[in-house]
Amino acid sequence: MTAGAILTVEHVTMRFGGLLAVNDLSFIAREREITALIGPNGAGKTTVFNCITGFYKPTVGRLRLVHPGGASFLLERLPEFRIAREARVARTFQNVRLFAGMTLLENLLVAQHNALMAASGYTVLGLLGSRGYARAEAEAIDKARYWLDRIGLAGRADDAAGALPYGAQRRLEIVRAMCTDPVLLCLDEPAAGLNNRESAELNEFLHAIRNEHAISILLIEHDMGVVMEISDRIVVLDYGEKIADGTPRAVRDDPKVIAAYLGVADAEVETVEAEVAR
Amino acid sequence: MKEAAIAALIAFGLFVLLIGFRTDPGPTGALVLSTRFGVLAAVVAAVFLGALARALVLQQFAGPIERMVPVSLKAALSRMAPYATAAFIAFAIFVPIIFYNNRYLLDLGIVTATYAMLGFGLNIVVGLAGLLNLGYAAFYAIGAYSYALIALTFGLSFWICLPLGGVLAALTGVFLGFPVLRLRGDYLAIVTLGFGEIIRLVLLNWQNLTGGPNGISGIPRPSFFGLPFNATDHGFAATFGLAYSPTHRVVFLYYLILALALLTSWVTLRLRRLPIGRAWEALREDEIACRALGIDTTTTKLTAFAIGAMFGGFAGAFFATRQGFISPESFTFTESAFVLAIVVLGGMGSQLGVAVAAAVMLGGFEFFREFEQYRMLVFGAAMVAVMIYRPRGLIATRKPSVFLREQKIVPAAIVGEARTGTPA
Repeated sequence: MTAGAILTVEHVTMRFGGLLAVNDLSFIAREREITALIGPNGAGKTTVFNCITGFYKPTVGRLRLVHPGGASFLLERLPEFRIAREARVARTFQNVRLFAGMTLLENLLVAQHNALMAASGYTVLGLLGSRGYARAEAEAIDKARYWLDRIGLAGRADDAAGALPYGAQRRLEIVRAMCTDPVLLCLDEPAAGLNNRESAELNEFLHAIRNEHAISILLIEHDMGVVMEISDRIVVLDYGEKIADGTPRAVRDDPKVIAAYLGVADAEVETVEAEVAR
Repeated sequence: MKEAAIAALIAFGLFVLLIGFRTDPGPTGALVLSTRFGVLAAVVAAVFLGALARALVLQQFAGPIERMVPVSLKAALSRMAPYATAAFIAFAIFVPIIFYNNRYLLDLGIVTATYAMLGFGLNIVVGLAGLLNLGYAAFYAIGAYSYALIALTFGLSFWICLPLGGVLAALTGVFLGFPVLRLRGDYLAIVTLGFGEIIRLVLLNWQNLTGGPNGISGIPRPSFFGLPFNATDHGFAATFGLAYSPTHRVVFLYYLILALALLTSWVTLRLRRLPIGRAWEALREDEIACRALGIDTTTTKLTAFAIGAMFGGFAGAFFATRQGFISPESFTFTESAFVLAIVVLGGMGSQLGVAVAAAVMLGGFEFFREFEQYRMLVFGAAMVAVMIYRPRGLIATRKPSVFLREQKIVPAAIVGEARTGTPA
């Protein structure tokens, strides 16, 4: 096992009937690094994400998560809610999934459900109005307030999440994931639909939380500007297969990646393929 | 104009056979076909004019019907809401004092409170957790039969049998929940509908235990903490030095169900502010996001199901002791549908809404009793009107369970119904 690896993906294959969505994919996400998963549309990025977070079970392969403390989890064997609760992998969704009818504060409290549930004595003590629960709830609210401050939405804490502008909803979804105290944060296209200024802010924010909260980040992204600037390491997928893996600079110059992204004229296919074969 | 014509045409198509023709027994006993084109024309004309009037009114105000209510009135109404709750409860408490001599109204009050309680219980399942349950009467039935059988077989008192009835109903809820809660939306609704029927059929056919269609009679009446409501020397009236009156028991039953209903409401309000309640609401908003946040959705749904079933069981036990006789006929699908209608019309998730809906629906039912024939017609029309103008119920806004600075009401349009789908 590689030292410092937080997530080791080994030979993961995902088949949907006859469709091979991910084919024998292996890569490593290192501790406290930002790893990006990129690739053209339909390359299987989100499928990989769903395998990591337990929403899909890979047909073949192993996904091992190792906490900085040493605890190790085989993600392909856990149901999704235990991956979030015990393996502490948090995720966001490509099309934002907030609890639209609940306030920002409530959204962040739901994220702390398991801790609060234990504090409320699995509801019994809470129903009787125990002091311990009141304290735990106050702490949870403080934590929520901290995160709302971080994304500049503290003033809107009591508004419904569904009433926020899109960019703010994206940020809220990220901090909601952070409220679960993850070791690995998986972001599915966090910059989608953001303008340039907003994605610059997002970059800064992701760097900040990575540094301050000692977490590792795995992200899917289309916006190459964001990816190149933010990632420590990039994994490129095309048609469910890994075609490149390395630092942003190395990946950017990789002809395979260029071909996958920009496409090549028919006449050049052979030259590119020859080049690739070399 | 065009719309009105279309409406009239549809009305004509609908009513031409229903109203236009009529078969009467003729003088020889054979059926004679008679026509009533005059009535038919009147109905169609009424529909036409009604549609025209509606179009004109809407044109005047241009916009959703909501805007027809002036803003100031709306603000005043929302400010009144907390007082309305207090006034409602106060009125409910004083009913037996004001209408002491009106047995009919007291009985109506008891029935209303029973349905309000059922509504509160179902509200946990449907309104908070977003799980459509069409078989709620099954839990009501289990509570009632548990109470009746335990009380008759073991001779235990009301106060022991009541919680037992609730617990048994909750257990059934869990048993049912395990296999079916992975279903969603419509599928869950169908399975719960089937479950309601299964329970009713079991009650109907398990002759040895439930007495089948004959039901169970002679169910012990509740006592005032050991003092029976009768004319003997040990009775309630004699002990307190009052003249015996059968109304005592009715008043006692009224306060009992009122207390139970208020308890249900209080527990629900309290649960909403606890993590479990917030998880229920989150589940209604987006189940997949819940799982991504580490919430065990199965357990969360099961608790909602079980707690809802428990309150249904309590209400059932109360029903059994009040009636003194139960049979499967009291727990048909109509019962489930009626309670669901109360919850939906009242506004899913709103306690005041459910209480008001229960009072209005049962009160309305009684009020229109004299117009027997038209009762269902008016009832249906009212339902349609509510669904058009207030599709999310009378009180559809959502009050946040916790707030930093100020509690802002979430408008109805944002409060989500259970979304389905796979992660994308």
